[in-house]
Amino acid sequence: MDTNTAVVQLDDVTVIYGKNAALKGVTAKFNRGAVGLLGPNGAGKSTMLKALLGFVKPTGGRMTVLDLDVAHRPLEIRARIGYMPESDAHIPGMNAVSFVGYCGQLAGLPAVDAMQRAHEVLYYVGLGEARYRNVETYSTGMKQRIKLAQALVHDPDLLFLDEPTNGMDPKGRDEMLELIRDLGHNKNVNLILSSHLLPDVEYTCDDVVVMDKGQVAAQGPIAQLKGPGGRVFELRIKGDLPAFLEVLRGEGMECTSTDEDVMRVFIPDALGTSDGNAQRALFSLAARHGVQVRHLRPSIPTLEDVFAKALGEK
Amino acid sequence: MPIHDQSYRRYGGGKTMPGQAWTVIARAGIMNMIRKRIFLAVLLGGWIPFVGHAIWLYVNARYPQVSIVTVTPKTFRDFFSWQDFFVFVVTVYVGAGLIANDRRANALQIYLSKPLARSEYIFGKAAVLLAFLLSITLVPALLLLVLQVLFSGSFEFIRHNLFLIPAIVTASLLQSLLATFTMLALSSLSKSARFVAIMYAGTIFFTLAIFGVLAAITGGTRLSWVALGANLQQVTDVIFREPPRYTTPWQLSLVVILGLIAVSISVLERRVRGVEVVT
Repeated sequence: MDTNTAVVQLDDVTVIYGKNAALKGVTAKFNRGAVGLLGPNGAGKSTMLKALLGFVKPTGGRMTVLDLDVAHRPLEIRARIGYMPESDAHIPGMNAVSFVGYCGQLAGLPAVDAMQRAHEVLYYVGLGEARYRNVETYSTGMKQRIKLAQALVHDPDLLFLDEPTNGMDPKGRDEMLELIRDLGHNKNVNLILSSHLLPDVEYTCDDVVVMDKGQVAAQGPIAQLKGPGGRVFELRIKGDLPAFLEVLRGEGMECTSTDEDVMRVFIPDALGTSDGNAQRALFSLAARHGVQVRHLRPSIPTLEDVFAKALGEK
Repeated sequence: MPIHDQSYRRYGGGKTMPGQAWTVIARAGIMNMIRKRIFLAVLLGGWIPFVGHAIWLYVNARYPQVSIVTVTPKTFRDFFSWQDFFVFVVTVYVGAGLIANDRRANALQIYLSKPLARSEYIFGKAAVLLAFLLSITLVPALLLLVLQVLFSGSFEFIRHNLFLIPAIVTASLLQSLLATFTMLALSSLSKSARFVAIMYAGTIFFTLAIFGVLAAITGGTRLSWVALGANLQQVTDVIFREPPRYTTPWQLSLVVILGLIAVSISVLERRVRGVEVVT
């Protein structure tokens, strides 16, 4: 593996809680920039972040963060990273600016600098006007923002963001994603965004590591994972759906059901080198098996396709 | 055009090396308590016995003809007995929420994601309680000794009782460390400061009640080691070269005290973690 571009690297890492293996021999690399850590609930994303922070000790394997070994230099690592936890977390009895300044001091900033940075990052995350309010009176969205502020106050080289948009309203969520995107793309802060929300990762990140059941299901640049190898169509039919799905799969196509009755069909390059050829192949299969095509539209491959493919959902 | 860029900026200043975060925790904890007027009243209340003793020392030095009891090392030993109540109140008031409140607010993962070890966090929290406990035990007791010299106008008392200085320091530290670590251990077991306070008070009074019952049944005080407070009394007597008040060997009482501190540290080691693993 190329260590020059990797900010985090895991080699055969296993974490066991009691009898349950939360991470099973995970080998992954997180490049510089914004990387998504994607997976359903219980996939091991938060466990991975907590292992990288040194909160849980792996039973096997090796982890490095910013080229420092997690097992041997945890304090040096934590001085250079910022962590935004998933759950609601704050220091009780403090207003926002005291809380963030306090976190800055804990991270090694002198008191005056910490207070100045606290004001700056609170303005940056959109809490400038509410910075003298007690954190315990904040709404869920504001608590998410202040968690980001405390993770940023000491200017980390790497941010761990664990489900940063949890519980936020649509407007707040968009603003949070905008902040994360800005940090990753304009402010040169490396970040790992752990989320089960595909659009969040797709909007903010360049690379992705897909986790499932404690293992890495896929990893790489999103564009590369989405891009080559075939075409995707939205398809709705009238007729024997299960039988037709079997036919499509028998022809080497991949079908993914969506929330509605529209399914997404992935046609590999080998079956159709252009949209026209691929559509003709679908129509001809439908005609041959007595199925009416009611809706057929080319679709742009999304991270959802990568996710579904990686997790083997049909 | 904005007159000041409120966007995110990289930090170019210096940072301290890891290992000093406990001072930040201690300072914040102490300032947080000092801002509370009720607590300041409690703390001032802890100095009332000092004022009483200071007056007594003055009267004893200046008007020996009206003084009923002369000043002896036992005077200083008795001062510690007077402080027991205030030590209890300050321990409950300051200590109950030290870790429990952090657990309630999930603050441990914030703390431990910063460059500080778990021991630093515990040390910082312990320093808050220790500072206040020593301010009502060690500081007034040493001041009393100074006042005794000033009022009597000679070093004769100290010269004859030189052991009093290490005795005061040892007794204060033992009492404060026992209260600090048992309270912190209890505080780490719950998310409710109120519940912790009840648990601590319950532990103190319940063990004393058990000892009382056992003493009534056996007709002796050999089982005083079951009571937290009795152990401390027993060892403090020995530290001040007074005859021990119970028949339990003082060494046993000391072992119980040190054992309790060790158990408390072990509990803290298990409970203060960035993540709570439930298996």
